[in-house]
This record gives sequence, structure tokens and C-alpha cells, in this order.
Amino acid sequence: MTVDLVQISNCVTRKPIPGLDTYCPSQRDPHRNNFCFHHIYILQILGSWTQMFQIMTYWSIRRPLLKCITDAYSFNFITFYIMFGGFFLCTSVIYKNDRFLPPLQVLCVQIKCFHEIITIGYSVYHSYHLPWFRTLSWYFLLCVNYFFYGETVTDYFFTLVQREEPLRILSKYHRFISFALYLTGFCMFVLSLVKKHYRLQFYMFGWTHVTLLIIVTQSHLIIHNLFEGMIWFIVPISCVICNDIMAYMFGFFFGRTPLIKLSPKKTWEGFIGGFFATVVFGILLSYVMAGYRCFVCPVEFNSDSNSFTVDCEPSELFQLQDYSLPAALESLTGWVRVRMYPFQIHSIALSAFASIVGPFGGFFASGFKRAFKIKDFANTIPGHGGIMDRFDCQYLMATFVNVYIASFIRGPNPTKVIQQLMALRLDQQLHIFNSLKAHLTEKGLLPANEEVA
Amino acid sequence: MTFFMNSGICGIRRCFGLTPSPAKESSETDGEDRLGLTGEPDGEADGDSKADTPEIPTSVDNTPQCLNKALEGLSSRWRNWWIRGILSFTMISGFFLIIYLGPVMLIIVVMTVQIKCFQEIITIGYRVYHSYDLPWFRTLSWYFLICVNYFFYGETVADYFGVLVQKEEPLQFLVRYHRFISFTLYLAGFCMFVLSLVKKHYRLQFYMFAWTHVTLLIVVTQSHLVIQNLFEGMIWFIVPISIVICNDIMAYLFGFFFGRTPLIKLSPKKTWEGFIGGFLSTVVFGFIFAYLLAQYQYFVCPVEYDSETNRFAVECQPSELFVMQEYRLPAALQNVLRWVMKMYPFQIHSVALSTFASLIGPFGGFFASGFKRAFKIKDFANTIPGHGGIMDRFDCQYLMATFVHVYIASFIRGPNPSKVLQQVLVLQPEQQLSIFNTLRSHLQDKGILPPPRPEAQ
Repeated sequence: MTVDLVQISNCVTRKPIPGLDTYCPSQRDPHRNNFCFHHIYILQILGSWTQMFQIMTYWSIRRPLLKCITDAYSFNFITFYIMFGGFFLCTSVIYKNDRFLPPLQVLCVQIKCFHEIITIGYSVYHSYHLPWFRTLSWYFLLCVNYFFYGETVTDYFFTLVQREEPLRILSKYHRFISFALYLTGFCMFVLSLVKKHYRLQFYMFGWTHVTLLIIVTQSHLIIHNLFEGMIWFIVPISCVICNDIMAYMFGFFFGRTPLIKLSPKKTWEGFIGGFFATVVFGILLSYVMAGYRCFVCPVEFNSDSNSFTVDCEPSELFQLQDYSLPAALESLTGWVRVRMYPFQIHSIALSAFASIVGPFGGFFASGFKRAFKIKDFANTIPGHGGIMDRFDCQYLMATFVNVYIASFIRGPNPTKVIQQLMALRLDQQLHIFNSLKAHLTEKGLLPANEEVA
Repeated sequence: MTFFMNSGICGIRRCFGLTPSPAKESSETDGEDRLGLTGEPDGEADGDSKADTPEIPTSVDNTPQCLNKALEGLSSRWRNWWIRGILSFTMISGFFLIIYLGPVMLIIVVMTVQIKCFQEIITIGYRVYHSYDLPWFRTLSWYFLICVNYFFYGETVADYFGVLVQKEEPLQFLVRYHRFISFTLYLAGFCMFVLSLVKKHYRLQFYMFAWTHVTLLIVVTQSHLVIQNLFEGMIWFIVPISIVICNDIMAYLFGFFFGRTPLIKLSPKKTWEGFIGGFLSTVVFGFIFAYLLAQYQYFVCPVEYDSETNRFAVECQPSELFVMQEYRLPAALQNVLRWVMKMYPFQIHSVALSTFASLIGPFGGFFASGFKRAFKIKDFANTIPGHGGIMDRFDCQYLMATFVHVYIASFIRGPNPSKVLQQVLVLQPEQQLSIFNTLRSHLQDKGILPPPRPEAQ
């Protein structure tokens, strides 16, 4: 994390630098890049030091903390989220372009969650003494991660992959290699079946696969969302966290009617209060974030400078537009029109999902803990339990955001379509060319007297 | 496959079944943390006396009356042999008949097999967990099956019937928001599951949930891979399945006549002689069978949907894989034989497929055997007399289907053209125009299109 005085001075004198434009005040003002000023470098240093300080403090006081604060649930609750928020902010937002660590963070969380659930499986089935099983579970995790990361890398780093010869071969035969790896694990499982422990082994096999299905696929959806634009990663996660906190607060102060037998501490007042608070929070947060290009632009890998760039022309979703309020709200607030980003309307949908369906993920995890008679998934975070306890609601949210983006926001990526086109045979390309020409002529986008092939 | 195990065991009745204990309250009621169904490490033969699997009522005999009459005179061992033989022959003929009837019938048959396999495995789960009394669960399992099938079939329809879809307005809407609709349906099932959790039966319910999902993962995804292979060309469907069947039969025959050294503790009737003999004969069979089939356009061409005639058409220019080529033998053999081999490139691929079917395919069978031993069942069901359930016959096919799909995707073809066209048509008009121009210049460079005229605008 170095401070480059030359770069700072360049920013100040308004010379555009490739890859660093985000941090320079742009000519177009509506996208307030004031925050992304050259002060960013100072903030970066502060951020990294804070981060290290946090980690050191956490690990040193973990044990005494565990001893004396196990009762004060609410205190832990708030402290966790402050800590998490700080960590998150420092590592995700304020970053220099050439390092892009959120995928690694997601990977770490994923591995920890997987480890926690598998450990529960071991203790439920007393299968610690089947040594192959620990190896096989981790091996399957590795295989599935290799498959998904390979697909992501092939999609997003296409030019880099095409350049390097070993990477090109790996990506061309990627599915085959992943399948071969998985098959090896499968055959090892079959060969490891021991006469008296068949049922246990099959249970652990099933347990591993369901865990992989839940955790790994959805952590990769999170990474896909991230590449779409950091705002699609930050806003959903923040909405879920906010819903958690707000529902807890409302329940604490006003809670009376129990919500569901599964979690006796949840109340209807908390649920509804949390819903409204989350929607409002979502609108405000997206308003704040949609102004900055570093959040809004898709993350691209620039193969010339070998770094990640978040620089683009923001789409219409992130441009202020005038909306006239419906009559009811107009009489209420006295405003006739309001300027907001279209993204804020989407954020209402995201917040609504996080408040209404998100808790079901929490109930699922509560039911799971009751079914297997465990109090917490693990003891990683004092007072809170394991990582899985904190991330259980996030998974449904990640899938929802991914599906939402695919359905309502973007279509297929044009660059990717061109790549696929170029990979086809020539006669297939010709066929597509003719179909496309007919389609475009019909739509009136092409003059009708184009040359026919 | 369990072909071998069953025929060997038919005379021997291994008493896996324990006497069914009186209906026991699920383990949640006792305060222990232990699962009542765990196999004790020191218990007898992977069992425990508390919660156990009642023996499947194998006394139900589905053999038709006429067969019974015809085989009255034979001793029970040969009788079983004959029943199995006749049923095998019937199934194989049925298979060829369905191929003759065309792709639509094949898809319907694949769907039916999938549903039956799913039902068999779920029934075993109910029996293992005594969860018949949780009525929501049967509904939810079938609901999840419908959701996942809807998702996969929607994707297939959108890919292969792109033109048809563009014409109809409601279909277009369904295709555009397909993922969202599927996800919503799945979520509804998930929420129903959470709401249906009953205090004393949490663990059972979670087990059934997981059981359902793993079954879906195994059965449904791979049946869709089978269908995708089918659309690639019926030969990619017929040859792998025939190879697996042939490997089964050949390994059995070799094992029967020459078998001596046991192969794996899990299936004591399998032998190394059967394994190796099966491998070699399957490679030869695959080679010959591929040669026979590669000549016909009906098998070789991708299945297309013809929107004018509203039918499936299998007509095309066969790709180079299916055009006879000359191969020179390696120098060593050339001096001896002086042949010039004329064969289809596809036959070389068929050697790879046969190798996989012989070497790795049996692991699917061992997996199913282990599964049956773990849950103390003799067969998955009793649908086919002498053979057991549908799942018994199809257990090796699943690995094969996935392998063929991955093989095709990696080595044979690039992306699916109709899918690419689909994606192009969904883009914004400006993006479509830019793609059109890029493609046109690319094709002009390659000489497929005439170069732009000098007065080009």
C-alpha cells in the first residue's frame, strides 16, 4: 500500500491517468466523485492500518471476551456488526485498483462455513474415526471450487486467458478436467466403503454434497454479483444486516406477538418494523452509493495494465431522473417531483426480499440447529457463534440478487456473445448472420437493400 | 450393475432384514444428541436394533402368468435365469422400438424413467426414516421435482425451440423471466418446508429435505444431460447406452464362465476376469456398433425443430466426424498388414466412450450396491421381475450420461449455435447492430461473404 506522490499531484493537476480516473474529479459533476479524491490514498493507509489493528485486537482479546461477555447478547450483536462493517469497509471499498480482494474474502467465508457444517456432520454421525472422510469432503470442496472459479476466470479474464498458453488449455478443457477430478473423488469414495460403516459413509457423502450445493454455489453467485458492480454486492449484504439489526431493535423495544414457533424470540412487531426500516435504509444507502463510479461500474480486468478497473459510463440505472410522485405521497410530503436513481426502485425490491424471505433462511438455520441439538454452528466469534450463524440469511439473498440481475437488469454480455460466435464453425456463423440480418431488417434497423450473402 | 449380484444371490438369501421393531418414536424424544439411526461402530453388520429398515416385501412376484406356466418344469435357478433373459431381451427390443419411433418418444421415455427413479429413491428414504406419517413431505418432494424439471425443461425449450418461442407472446414472457419464475417457485417450496417444521420431527424433516435434494441432483440433472446429448444427435444417446448394457452383459458372461479372482469386497460376485473381458469386448462392440450407426443420417444429425412443419427433423450434412476417412496404420503394423483403414473418426471417440463405460461405469454400480447394503434393501423396487426396479437398471447410466455430455462439450462441439442466436436476439438493438457488423467483417475476411462494394455506405 504505497502512496505515490506523483499520482497525487497528477490528480490535483487534473491529468487523467488510465486506471486511476475514478479517483480524479471528473468533468461531469452529477457523479459526485468528491469522495474518491486524492485523499483516498491517505484513507487507504488509514484503512489498512485500522484493518490490521482490528485483526490483532480481535485475536488477542478473543478469549477474555468470550469469558466475560457471553451473556450480553445485544452488546455482542452490535459490536459484531460494527466490527464487520469496519472490516468490510476498509477492505472492500477503499482499495487501489490493482488489488481486488472481495472474491478472496468470499472464499474465506465460504471455506469457514463449509468447515463448520461438516464438523457438525462429523459430530452427529460420530464419523471422526473414518479418516478418509475428512479428506474426501475437503477434496470435493476443492473440486467444486475449481470448477466454479475456472468458469468465472474464463468469463471475466478472457483476454488474459487467451494469451497464456497453459491457461488457454486449462480453460478449453476446463469442464473435462473438473469432471475428471470429481470422478476421482467419487471412485475414492466407492473404494473407501468399509463393511460396517456403509450407512455412515453414505450419510456423510450426502451431507457433504448438500453442504456444497448450498454454500459453494451461492458464494459464487455472490462473486458474480460483485463483478456486476460492487453496489450489487454491498447493498444486498447491508440490507440483510440492517434487517437483522432493525428487527432485533424493534423486537426488543416493542415486541409482543410471537412470529413463529421455531424461533420464539422473533416477533411480528420486529418483523414489520424491520421491513419498513430496511426499505428506508435501502433507499438511502443506494442513493449514497449510486453517485460513485467505483461502486456502480462493472469490475473489468484490464489486460494491458494487468489490473482491475472500475471505470465506465454508468448505465441509465445510475443516472438521476425525475419522477413525479403519485398523488397520495404528494399530498403527504408536499413534493411534486423527486430526483432519484432508478436503482433506488430496484433497491426497494431487494430490501423487500431481504425482510420478507430472508428471515426464512434464518428459520431454516434455527430449525437445523434444533434438529441436531446444537446451540451454535461453532464458536468462532465470541457471543455470536460461528460464521455460519451470521451468514445464514445472506445465501438466499445472493441467489435472489443474481436471478434478479439476470432477469431484470442486464441481458447477456455482448463481448461474451461475440466470443461464442467466433468459436462456432463458419457455416453456423453464416446461418446466424442470415437470421440476424432477417431479424434486423424486420425491425427496420437495417436498410432493406443490403447485399445478400 | 447389480445384474451380477442379483443372479448370484438369487439362490442365497442373505438375511439383511431384521424383524421390524414396533413403531418407535423418533429420536428427538430422548434427550440424547445421538442419531438413533447411526450405525454403531461395533455393532453387527452395519446395523442397529433400534430403528431399522423393514424388509421390502419381496414376495410380490410380478412375473406374468404365461411365463410362469412356460417355465414350470425348470429348477428355480434356471427359471430365474430364463426370466431375466427374457426380460432383458424384451427391454432391449423395447429400446430399439422407441428409437425407431423418434426423438419425441425418447424424450418422453427419459422423463418417465426419471420420475420412476426419483420415486423409488424417495420411497426408500421414507422407509428408512419412517417418515410416511409426515404428509407434507411427499407433497414437498414432488413439488421440488416439478420445480427443478420446470427449470431445466424451460432452459432446453428456450435453447432449441428459439424460433417457436419468438412467435408466441406468452412463451416469450415465460422465457425472458424464466430464471426468476423458477426461483420463485423453488422459494415457495423452501418457505413451505420451513413453515412445515414440526417440533418433534425436525431431524427427520431435515433428512428428508436433504435426501430429496441429493436425489434431485443425481437423477434430474443427469436425465437432462441425457436429453441434451440426444439433441446433439441420436447416436450420442444410443451408443453410450448400448455400450453400458453390453459391458454389463459381457462382464457377466465372462465372469460366469471364467470368473475366479474377486474384484471388490463390495460386490463379491464381480471378478477381474469379468472386468477385463468385459472391457475388451465392449471396446470391440462399441467400435462395430458405431460403424453401423454412423452411416445413417437419422442417427447422426442433430435433432432440429422445424417450425414450418412443427416436427422434429433429423436431416443435415453430416459433420466430418461421420464422414469416412482413411487412416494409416502406425509404421510397425503397416509392414505386417499393409491395410489402409477406412473408418469414421467417430469410431475413435467410441473407443474412449467404451473405455469409460468399462472402467468407471462399474463404480456407479458399486455405489448403488453400497447404497443398497447401507440401507438394507435388496432391490430399489419390484417393477421389473427378476431385475428389481428401474433404478437398478439405470444406475450405471448416470455417470455415463454426464461423461458423454462433458466429452461432447470439451472435444466435439463448441457452443450451441441456437443458444448463441437466442442470446443475440435478446440484446439491445444497438448491440445487435454492432455484433452484426463485427460478424459481417469477420465473414468477409474469411471469404464467405463477398467483400464490401466500393460504394459501401
